[in-house]
Amino acid sequence: MKFLTTNFVKCSVKSCDSTTDSFPLGYDNCKLVQTEQEFKPDFILSILERLDWNALIQVAKDLGNESLPPVKPEGELLQNEDLLKDLHTLLIETTIIEGEMICNNCKHVYYIKNSIPNFLLPPHLA
Amino acid sequence: MKDYIVFLAQQHPAFRYAELETLADLHNIKVDLSSHDETIPFIIVQLENDEIAKKWLQRAVLAKGIYELWGVGSTEQQLHEDVKRRSSKKFPLYKNVTFKFDIIGYQGGKSNAEKIKMIENFSYVEFEGKIRMKNPEETFTVLEHYIPPSDHEAAKTPFKYYFGRQIELTQRTNGILEKYDLKKRRYIGTTTFEAELSLISCNLAQVDTGKIMYDPFAGTGSFLVAGSAFGALTVGSDIDGRMIRGKGNNTIKANFDQYGTSTLFMDVLTMDFTHNAFRKNMVIDTIVCDPPYGIREGLKVLGARNPERFVGKEDVEIDGKKAYLLKDYIPTKKPYELDSLLYDLLQFSSERLPIGGRLAFWMPTANDEYVPTLIPQHKNLELKYHLVQEFNKWSRRLLVYINRGGDFNGEDNRAATSLPEFRKKYFKVSQYK
Repeated sequence: MKFLTTNFVKCSVKSCDSTTDSFPLGYDNCKLVQTEQEFKPDFILSILERLDWNALIQVAKDLGNESLPPVKPEGELLQNEDLLKDLHTLLIETTIIEGEMICNNCKHVYYIKNSIPNFLLPPHLA
Repeated sequence: MKDYIVFLAQQHPAFRYAELETLADLHNIKVDLSSHDETIPFIIVQLENDEIAKKWLQRAVLAKGIYELWGVGSTEQQLHEDVKRRSSKKFPLYKNVTFKFDIIGYQGGKSNAEKIKMIENFSYVEFEGKIRMKNPEETFTVLEHYIPPSDHEAAKTPFKYYFGRQIELTQRTNGILEKYDLKKRRYIGTTTFEAELSLISCNLAQVDTGKIMYDPFAGTGSFLVAGSAFGALTVGSDIDGRMIRGKGNNTIKANFDQYGTSTLFMDVLTMDFTHNAFRKNMVIDTIVCDPPYGIREGLKVLGARNPERFVGKEDVEIDGKKAYLLKDYIPTKKPYELDSLLYDLLQFSSERLPIGGRLAFWMPTANDEYVPTLIPQHKNLELKYHLVQEFNKWSRRLLVYINRGGDFNGEDNRAATSLPEFRKKYFKVSQYK
């Protein structure tokens, strides 16, 4: 699962939809791998618009990265290629191959196995 | 405005008009397609300039090329007269360019000797530039439309000739179908959708660069790779983890690597679409899918078929840990109604797509007895196209919807389709063999 995807997934339990604690999920025991991908600045810029920056900071922190700027870069900062490259490395090149995702509301645990996250639920939560 | 001639593909002619119209809409191009005829692989249109013509058809799957029209005729002589009459002012513009001539026949053709003779008859254009068979600056093309008198006889002479200056050859002509051919794809499965119609589906859904495309029934990722061919960032999910996992090196990711589009592959998630984990405010620009019709396997969602059997199961512990929180826990699934699933898909699309965003999905129907097929509709979604692909005993249709938002007040129905019947008829017999 790419780091990028952590910015889009919440707990799949329906009763957690009404709380803000179900997004982002908490990340634990994660094994990360870097895979080289072609850097396209325009592509990163188009993704940037869609990101929830606070969630990005929170998940990065879970995974041991505290170097992100505190607010979403905008204006002239977007011309800074080093910053875009860093985001590319984090969002596109960083993959969680094994790990646990925990809902901060209901505490349900989801697993990432062989890079694929599993959001299926037991019957009492479905 | 100038006249252009579009050379169309004669595959899936029922889908052609929709593709031409959708690509024009995608690029805000106004074009009158009212003369389109499904039986004829040519259409003459008026467009402002060459740039617009290029942009319009570059990614078309059901068109082969677009040409600035220099003349039309039912005989060679008529063709030349028409070219001289309407285009002689253009001849000097190309006096010194490198060029070549092409002669392309539809349902017929000429021998090389005949072609050379025909090209010589164009000497009145008085081009003096070098002839280059490879990468000329301009290509001038004669398009010949033959109509064979019967299935077993070839037509001797064309029914119509068109002559024009080549503006753009489409992705089809440039080999996109060969590139995405399933025979050459690393990872495919029994539900993998064919290349041509998956690419057409993505065109009709206006999948594009800078957009996010989602397939909630991703399977082996057929629509995801097709979506990335048109530049979208793609993400998929499937309740069946086996399909999206693949085997060994044969995975969805390997397919993206094969096509050189791996940056456009976000992820595939094991997930029940009806228990969706995407945050509510994530913008999904377009949705393309082939929902599971329970043809090979019954339609399933999360939950217990017999809830009484699962009472108290949530308290079962293994080695001091709740069983349902273990890494290898496999959740149970229950059957689900197709009508409900399709309506869930429409509802989800109405919530997640931006206004103007499109949903495209496939739906099979039985042919041989009269069962009116109800198309599911949602009050916020305009049903833009329903296009039918006929097979011997069944057909399937591609439904394309556009999100028009809460003020649209369109028709709203949960379709009672003939799908359960369909399944019984065509698949039950073989089950017991």
